[in-house]
Amino acid sequence: MIYRENGQFKTSYAADQQIFPILQDRWAILGILAFAFVAVPLFADEYLFRAILIPFLILSLAALGVNLLVGYCGQITLGAGAFMAVGAYAAFNFIVRVDGMPLVGALLLGGFTAAAVGVVFGVPSLRVRGLYLAVATLAAQFFWDWAFLRIKWFTNDSSSGSVSVSNLSLFGFPIESPTEKYLFCLAVLVVFALLAKNLTRGAIGRQWMAIRDMDVAAEVIGIRPMYAKLSAFAVSSFFLGVAGGLWGFVHLGSWEPAAFSLDRSFQLLFMVIIGGLGSIMGSFFGAAFIVILPIFLNQLLPWLGGLVGVTISTAGVSHAEIMIFGALIVFFLIVEPHGIARLWSTAKEKLRLWPFPH
Amino acid sequence: MKLRNYALAASLAAIGLSFTLTAPVHAQAKGKQAQAQVAEQFFPVLVYRTGPFAPNGTPWANGFVDYLKLVNATGGINGVKATFEECETGYATDRSVECYERLKNKGGGATAFQSLSTGATFALTEKAPVDKIPLITAGYGRSESANGAVFTWNFPLLGTYWVGADVLIQHIAKKEGGFDKLKGKKITLVYHDSPYGKEPIPLLQERAKMHGFDLSLLPVASPGVEQKSTWLQIRQNKPDYVLLWGWGVMNSTALKEAQATGYPREKMYGIWWAGAEPDVKDVGEAAKGYNALALQHGAEPNAKVTKDVLALVHGKGQGTGPKDEVGSVLYMRGLISAMLGIEGVKRAQERYGKGKTMTGEQARWGLENLDLDQKKLDALGFAGVMRPIQTSCLDHMGSSWVRVHTWSGSKWEFSSDWYQADEKVIRPMVMLASARYAEEKKITPRTPEQCKQ
Repeated sequence: MIYRENGQFKTSYAADQQIFPILQDRWAILGILAFAFVAVPLFADEYLFRAILIPFLILSLAALGVNLLVGYCGQITLGAGAFMAVGAYAAFNFIVRVDGMPLVGALLLGGFTAAAVGVVFGVPSLRVRGLYLAVATLAAQFFWDWAFLRIKWFTNDSSSGSVSVSNLSLFGFPIESPTEKYLFCLAVLVVFALLAKNLTRGAIGRQWMAIRDMDVAAEVIGIRPMYAKLSAFAVSSFFLGVAGGLWGFVHLGSWEPAAFSLDRSFQLLFMVIIGGLGSIMGSFFGAAFIVILPIFLNQLLPWLGGLVGVTISTAGVSHAEIMIFGALIVFFLIVEPHGIARLWSTAKEKLRLWPFPH
Repeated sequence: MKLRNYALAASLAAIGLSFTLTAPVHAQAKGKQAQAQVAEQFFPVLVYRTGPFAPNGTPWANGFVDYLKLVNATGGINGVKATFEECETGYATDRSVECYERLKNKGGGATAFQSLSTGATFALTEKAPVDKIPLITAGYGRSESANGAVFTWNFPLLGTYWVGADVLIQHIAKKEGGFDKLKGKKITLVYHDSPYGKEPIPLLQERAKMHGFDLSLLPVASPGVEQKSTWLQIRQNKPDYVLLWGWGVMNSTALKEAQATGYPREKMYGIWWAGAEPDVKDVGEAAKGYNALALQHGAEPNAKVTKDVLALVHGKGQGTGPKDEVGSVLYMRGLISAMLGIEGVKRAQERYGKGKTMTGEQARWGLENLDLDQKKLDALGFAGVMRPIQTSCLDHMGSSWVRVHTWSGSKWEFSSDWYQADEKVIRPMVMLASARYAEEKKITPRTPEQCKQ
């Protein structure tokens, strides 16, 4: 009843081609943005910012990057963590070695470095596909893990391989307090999400999807597989590189290669699979599921235990958290193999008919 | 449809079952918090009771918590009740940071954080000055943080990895009959490939330059169950000594591999984190002769404080872990770590008012002016366990006494005198590294006048 586009006439191509053709969607998105930019900083406390919202935003950005490659172009990758590491360490080196390098400049340069590395490690995708490609991208993970642990130049000769940055600022404004960090990450994420959405709606995104759906047919209609696949690797790695830079600079402040281990790559892949392959929205759902749910469970269980008068031991909570989390992954994959994003679009379909379904 | 209902019922049952399985034992910790009016001092406890490092993390955590319970059983910190909450980190840096954020404002503000992870210490070092909460890293953490003028909030009490590495080289030199005998000797460091394992490298390189021994570095990927290639290289190189910088399963794996390659265990020396019961128990007789550093204390089943814990905590059914673990090496390490935090608060109370709750800032002052002489230690029940410790603005470590203990096949026995790290070697390195950190972070080191405040 409320969510219907009846009466909304489109009289120009521009109106027909906009990202959200339905008025209610536009309002909803504006509302969410206003909520995120204004209401959240007013009401959220420090713990929420530093432990939940900032990691969520940064990993959403990374999941977006992985989704462009895996979800839109169909190239499975297990090297996502490595590209994040490249972005983080490259940005670190730019800031340490170049005097007066601004934060945004370092992050973007880190992203471009990651994109270049992504293209190199994307070359095997021209020959191998599917699971074989996933194994080939593992090479990136192992290589960069090794490089950042062993080659001292990358870590500015730090004795323990751990690097750190501080005193971040943006055009003279410090990025120190949790609110500032949150707003900075949010702004970056909004820009990149818009970029990703438009890329996937444009010619390049259609090329990626054509390659994903059937590469031989795509080639026959004139799409260059090399260009499409490598551009997907480049764009995806760029996103990941920027996310990696944010993760190191804004979230951790001090990090070692273990922050971008193989576990991180798997985590990102699971995010896009659970959230929804080939869906921008899905990246956010996936990141929320993987980042927030374990922490939520970890705090909910002792609270629930308190309600019924038992105190659960720390190890017990931790074990239960892993079990419930695993069970929920299985549950979601069975109920909706296309991810939470599909559940969302089904809900929207239902909403259009509500309250008078056929 | 039927199948679905069954599945739903089964999963609900499983969840319920997991609750009942995890519910028992620790029902006592929280119930007591209800008694209001008493001043409370909150201690956050970052632990890892799960994951590959749990066998070592659990006794540490149990010792830590048991000591807090012991303090409460004997009247608190001058009447102030020590409260605590555990948070599981799994030895992962990001979860440690989450736990830190979760606990830092609880219970009237955290007194001090002890992360039991060098990686987490690096991350928290950036956060602690902002939140004004001290970080106690007793026997781990970053070595250059011994310089309190730069690292105002870090307290690597009792010893750093540079101290450990220095003492190991001293001990080896003594065995060989002098530092000049080290020339041309081959020493191999087998280390956990993380900030923890890499910490001793600069000092060992410095010592290698001084004495002309040949240092080779063999990293082992975390968690350290895969060491075949490492020990193959050791078999080929035949080093005179192997230094082991492992944690958790890595230690027992290294000992098993040493047995398999036939490398004499007598020539293996571990850091104090590679010298506890969980490391050698599985290997048993085969680990006989293996040496490790003891961070002052070893296994202390006969110490007074151990007996106090048994009587006043375990005796009342309030023990955190199994009873037979009380007094083991890592249990004692956790217990001492908690004691240092408590004593810091006590010292702060002397200045800011007895029987009051101390803020993180006040506790920091207490830790920086810690002065535990033998008499105080004896009164606390640490006679024979620890040597006096005295901190100052420039020295946040407080003491660098270390012993070596050896596994006899069934228990750890002390096998050396007390050593002290060579200040002439370590101090310049600490100053250099901390000055570099200060420059990077644009920190102005505190002057002696500022220190007095």
